[in-house]
Amino acid sequence: MARIDLDLAHSYVKNPRQDNDYALLPLKMTFEEGGAYALLGPSGCGKTTLLNIMSGLVTPSQGTVLFDGRDVTGDTPQQRNIAQVFQFPVIYDTMTVAENLAFPLRNRKVPEAQIKKRVGEIAEMLEMSGQLNQIASNLAADAKQKISLGRGLVRPDVSAVLFDEPLTVIDPHLKWQLRRKLKQIHHELKLTLIYVTHDQVEALTFAQQVVVMTRGRAVQMGSAADLFERPSHTFVGHFIGSPGMNFLAGRVDGDGFHVDGLTLPLLPGRVLPTGEIKLGIRPEYASLVAADTEGALPMTVSMVQDVGTHIMLSSRLNGHLLKARLPADAAQLSPGDTVWMKVMNEHSCFYQNEEIVP
Amino acid sequence: MSATVKPVNQKAWFLILPVLICVAFSAIMPLMTVVNYSVQDIISPTQKVFVGTEWFAAVMRDEELHGALLRQLMFSFSVLVVELPLGIMLALSMPAEGWKSSAVLVIVSLSLLIPWNVVGTIWQIFGRADIGLMGAALKGLGIDYSYTGNPVHAWLTVLLMDVWHWTPLIGLLGYAGLRSIPDAYYQAASIDGASKAAVFWYVQLPKMRGVLMIGVLLRFMDSFMIYTEPFVLTGGGPGNSTTFLSQFLTQKAVGQFDLGPAAAFSLIYFLIILLLCFILYNWMQRVGTQEKEGSHE
Repeated sequence: MARIDLDLAHSYVKNPRQDNDYALLPLKMTFEEGGAYALLGPSGCGKTTLLNIMSGLVTPSQGTVLFDGRDVTGDTPQQRNIAQVFQFPVIYDTMTVAENLAFPLRNRKVPEAQIKKRVGEIAEMLEMSGQLNQIASNLAADAKQKISLGRGLVRPDVSAVLFDEPLTVIDPHLKWQLRRKLKQIHHELKLTLIYVTHDQVEALTFAQQVVVMTRGRAVQMGSAADLFERPSHTFVGHFIGSPGMNFLAGRVDGDGFHVDGLTLPLLPGRVLPTGEIKLGIRPEYASLVAADTEGALPMTVSMVQDVGTHIMLSSRLNGHLLKARLPADAAQLSPGDTVWMKVMNEHSCFYQNEEIVP
Repeated sequence: MSATVKPVNQKAWFLILPVLICVAFSAIMPLMTVVNYSVQDIISPTQKVFVGTEWFAAVMRDEELHGALLRQLMFSFSVLVVELPLGIMLALSMPAEGWKSSAVLVIVSLSLLIPWNVVGTIWQIFGRADIGLMGAALKGLGIDYSYTGNPVHAWLTVLLMDVWHWTPLIGLLGYAGLRSIPDAYYQAASIDGASKAAVFWYVQLPKMRGVLMIGVLLRFMDSFMIYTEPFVLTGGGPGNSTTFLSQFLTQKAVGQFDLGPAAAFSLIYFLIILLLCFILYNWMQRVGTQEKEGSHE
């Protein structure tokens, strides 16, 4: 196990000139020993590149990777003693399930008795004990992926185990089960786990700390609550949550926040720089208030969706769209109605140039 | 019209008629002609006697044929033993991408494009002790090399010629197999700490299995039917040391005009190839895929 410090940038192009040439823009990040992390972002955001840099499959074009303070930038995956599980199952066709699981240990000349014990434990954990003597190539895709997971977890002394969207090929029911299993394994083995995914539910339920990435940039690292309550970048607000955060573009001066000729006074004690600013509010925190309330916005209802447990209300104010999550017993509304929404409260966040204003 | 009942039109059978006629003329009728010859003694165009299985019995007891069959088996076996590992090595050492890979692909396939009798001629000249590069070089090294006089030299030269001519086929097939392995397999093997040998044994070889199987079958069938190259190079000699089955057959059918025994032998020859391919194919299908019972109990 190891603490991983990254201070690097990576480009697949030889002489990167602009930001677009970089697969990963310069970033600085620390993964603590024994933590469960997730790298979350849309496809092509650089999360797999970052993972491959940590495992040593890709050497960063600039900067360093430190394991426990030791520079391992030029080391192979083997020298780094890292385990990685890939998106699609990789199994050794000619071997049995047991031989597949034992392979990483055999290559490292672990004594046979110890291998047998460890393979037994891992098979038990993955509920594959009954299939140990079957040839792996004859199994179904999810069983094969379980073997891949098992090979990732079989070495007890690894620096970290990296997962690259390992549950893509697994069907939803088993996905949930395996994710829980991974969490449990994390508890039992105290391994450093880093998990790449584009699924926020997967990331938020699995990891203690989530790194949100977009276009080669790591925009925020934080717990699920941090990402939800105080997204440090409008992308995080937009990407996390379903639906994402509402943003109202406006202007701040001495009187308060101005949007479409309306003025919302700031909360007492809240100081903001004057100028163009976006107000961000989660649909969960926008509330319905009585007509003509001070600091509320008159919105026109555009859509009402009854989701059963709650009502999702979409409303417009000129060009601005505001989604709100209302209790299931909220007043009967229909498109065209005017409602007054309060968006300025202690949960409101403010963004200048897409970055949060503290 | 009902949608649930499939319309039946027996006229559709006529559509396969052209194929049937083609196959009849190209395969079934020539084969039946051979069968016809194999059970008769044809003395003259008007005089023939039905002899039943007599020719088959005679051919099976023919000492010369036993010798040719044994040489043939030895030769085909040697061809596989040499060409398979060599072809795999060739495939592994070929560059994976870029202009180099295209260039190497073209160079490697060159020998496959040369007609059989030209290959024989090339090696006939190549091996000559007076003007041939190889022959003269060996002579210069003090080896008394002669593919026309020494049976061992003749045999080795024929083998070497076949290896030169056909190893690239295995190489190209293996190369195609290697290129179809996803990168993730190499990455996973590297993460699992596999050595180069382990990567070859557990990733590359199993993934090449399908194409190599085709390669082995092709090389086996082709080498078992080899005719032109040794015929041009050694003419089957010295003695009959490089007389393989098809040449033996030709001598019988064309040289001595023994059509009956030749036909009987043709059928036996055909059955031998069919049987050996069947055995080879089934064996290779099973290699590395059967359940390993009790190996972890």
